[in-house]
This record gives sequence, structure tokens and C-alpha cells, in this order.
Amino acid sequence: MTGETVEDLEIQLLLDALYRHYHYDFRHYAQASIKRRLLQARRQLGFDSISALQSAVLHDKTMLPNLLNYLTVQVSEMFRDPSYYRALREKVVPHLHTYPSLKVWIAGCSRGEELYSLAILFREEGLLDKTIFYATDINPAALKAAQAGIYPLDQVRLFTENHRLSGGHSSLSDYYTADYGRAVFDKSLRARTVFSDHSLVTDAAFAEMHLISCRNVLIYFDRDLQDRVVSLFAESLARQGFLGIGSKESLRFSAHADKFVEHVREDRIYRRVAR
Amino acid sequence: MTQQLIAIGASAGGVQALSHILPPLAADFPRSIVVVVHVPPRQDNALVKLFSEKCRMQVKEAEDKEPLQPGTIYFAPPDYHVLVEGDGALALSTEEPVNHSRPAIDVLFETAADAFGPAVTGIVLTGANHDGANGARAIEDAGGVVLIQDPATAEMAAMPEAAVEACRDAAIMTLDEIAASLAAGVAE
Repeated sequence: MTGETVEDLEIQLLLDALYRHYHYDFRHYAQASIKRRLLQARRQLGFDSISALQSAVLHDKTMLPNLLNYLTVQVSEMFRDPSYYRALREKVVPHLHTYPSLKVWIAGCSRGEELYSLAILFREEGLLDKTIFYATDINPAALKAAQAGIYPLDQVRLFTENHRLSGGHSSLSDYYTADYGRAVFDKSLRARTVFSDHSLVTDAAFAEMHLISCRNVLIYFDRDLQDRVVSLFAESLARQGFLGIGSKESLRFSAHADKFVEHVREDRIYRRVAR
Repeated sequence: MTQQLIAIGASAGGVQALSHILPPLAADFPRSIVVVVHVPPRQDNALVKLFSEKCRMQVKEAEDKEPLQPGTIYFAPPDYHVLVEGDGALALSTEEPVNHSRPAIDVLFETAADAFGPAVTGIVLTGANHDGANGARAIEDAGGVVLIQDPATAEMAAMPEAAVEACRDAAIMTLDEIAASLAAGVAE
């Protein structure tokens, strides 16, 4: 609404530079949030201007991971929105039991909280041994953290409560070892997980999925990019495959809404219509 | 200058304070109002239901990418920040809590100031923390107007006090004066 400031211009130039030099494309991320986080990065990394930050990132490769940690949001919790996981157990798992093998994509997996939540749920429901999980993100540091599966113990009380509310059949403590203030999750949970660098912005479909879980990722994209990603999910899903998104996200306004039907409306679980 | 967007932040004691300000507004009040109240993360948005019943304006939960409409009051969903985009739409985010809060008033105020500049009125109500102070300052810096509930009349004084501290020329008002100011069109 207000005119473009020098700072706004600098932000556009930095995003262009990131794309042209490193092929990280944040140009269609929701601007208010990306701006907040870039300004935070500028302050905390100690630069006087966004241009100075840009210069450092272009000339010093080691600066890139720092910046990515600001540009990609990495805040989550295990079994966030327990009712989503309960709905998966009650209304999706029975369908998944009918397949001889399963592929599940956690798109934008960040540090892995959603992956481990699903892996635990799949173990409890007797599906883990026939499932391959694909956990993808653009941030290498986040992927590495997801691969490690180590979370601060002080978060685990919340995770445990969420797990219980999701209808968990066991105790969350069965799945981790407590160690020096950290919870180290059992590596058997990720034995059938493929961790991979994949960009929802620029990369294509790579396998046919039975379930895609992509929670609170679409909100960081602008409308055009949301449309691209929803179309990518439609292409990636098997006939009648499931898509779960965040509890405040919706396909209602998407250009590709007609490729999906609501399966569990209140928990934002959709099903790919037959094609 | 027409004030197009009214951003309100409230914490402890906020529901009562909002009950003073929002219900008197006419159904065709020509502004959008976006409200952040600190609520526990796992609560359904009881505020929407409560204020729908009390208010003449339309009351709803803020949705991602929703264009702001006049005559509408938007409440931030529990456990999400609500941001204002440059194109006049709302956006949600699960970024880390700010001032231990998600939603955070500062996030709403700062992005509103950035998107709407002088066309923002920020209102800081009762609360027991300092969320909203930086955001109120950002609204002032962008040329907008800040109204702060008089700390002496607030159920919890800390939040309005922090905002008073952060701002240069905010108007310090009782709830009745804030309500009257809104009804009078704020602009003057």
C-alpha cells in the first residue's frame, strides 16, 4: 500500500541474487514474513543493511547456511495439532492397510518432528514395515537435524501430551532415550526414510505417493506458488491418495481445488480424485 | 488521512477491555479491525464466537491470504501469528513465538505498519507483558496513530506502560475514550 522503500528494493535484489547464484528461490514466498525474517537475519548476523548481507552471502559461501536458517521456518513440535494425527489413525490408516506397500512424503520436513510423529503412528498402526517415507526440505541443516532425530528434553513433555491426545497406543518414552537434556529418537523409526533435498518451488514430482503430509508450509508461499505446489501434490499422488495440510490452511482458494475432495474437513485431510 | 486498518493487541484482561470497544461499532464501520489476544495454543477460538454474539460488525478468525474487508473484525487464530501483507491481505505464520507469545502483537503491528504506513491505528490494551510496545513504535514511525489504554485504568498495567514508554506521542485514553475515538472516525 505504501511505496517501495530502499529496504524493500534491497530485499528483492537479495532474493534475486539468491536465486541466480544459488538457485534458492524465495521470490514467491509470502513477503511480510520473509521480510521480517531477513531483517532479523541482518540484525543478528551483524550487518548494517540488507545489501551488506547480500554481498556477504554472494562472496562467502559459508554465510549461506546461516541465512537459510532464517529464511526457512523451523519451528514445529511432534504431533502438532493432535486431532490431525487422530484423524489419520481413524480415517486414513484403514485405507492404507489395503495397500501392499506405501509411500509417504513429508514435504518441507524441517527438523523432522512431523516425520517422527508419522513414523511412530505408522509403527503403532502396524504400517511402518511396509512404508517408505520421503522426508524433503531445502535446508541442508534442517535435513541433517531431521536425520539425527534429537530434540531438547524440555520439549518432550509437550510432545508426550500431544502423542497421548493423538490416540497413541504406547508411551512416547518407548521411542527415545533421554541423554544429557536431549531426547534421542530410536533410529529404527527412520530406517525406511529417504532424506532428500527437494524444493517445492523449483523441483518436480519424484514418486507416486499414497499420503503427502505438508503442514504449515503453504502459508509461507504467495498464491501463485501455493497453486504450483498444490498442482505438484496432485501430480505426485496415486489415485485416491491422501493430502494433509495445516489446520489453518485450505485448498478452497486453490486453482487446483477440483483435483481433491475433502476427506476429513476439520483436520484438512483431502483425497485426490480419480484421474 | 483515512485510517484504513485498526490493529488491536490485548492480553490478560483483554476480553473485558475488548467488550467495551468492539460491540458499539456499527455494522457498516468502514474499517478493517485485526485483533491479537494472547490465548493458549490449544484452545479453539472461543473469542470469535463470543464477539460474534456481542458485535454488530462481522467477526471471524483470520485466514491465510484473506483480503481485508471493511466492516470486519479478524481475530488471530490460537498458535499462529497473523501478519498484514503489502497487498492488503492477511497471512498466517508459525514462526517462533515473539515475547513468548504466538500470536504476538508486535508481529501484527510491525507488518501492518509496513503494509499500510500512516493508514494504521494501533491500539494497546491491558496485559501483563511488554508485547506490542515495539510494534506500536513501528506504527508511529510509519506515520500511523497509536492509542493506549491508560495504564491506571487497565486490569494489567504492564503492557500499556511498556507501549507508553516506547512511543513518543501516543494518545493515552480510557476504554470509553478509545471507543468514542473509533466511533468518531479516528482520523481526527
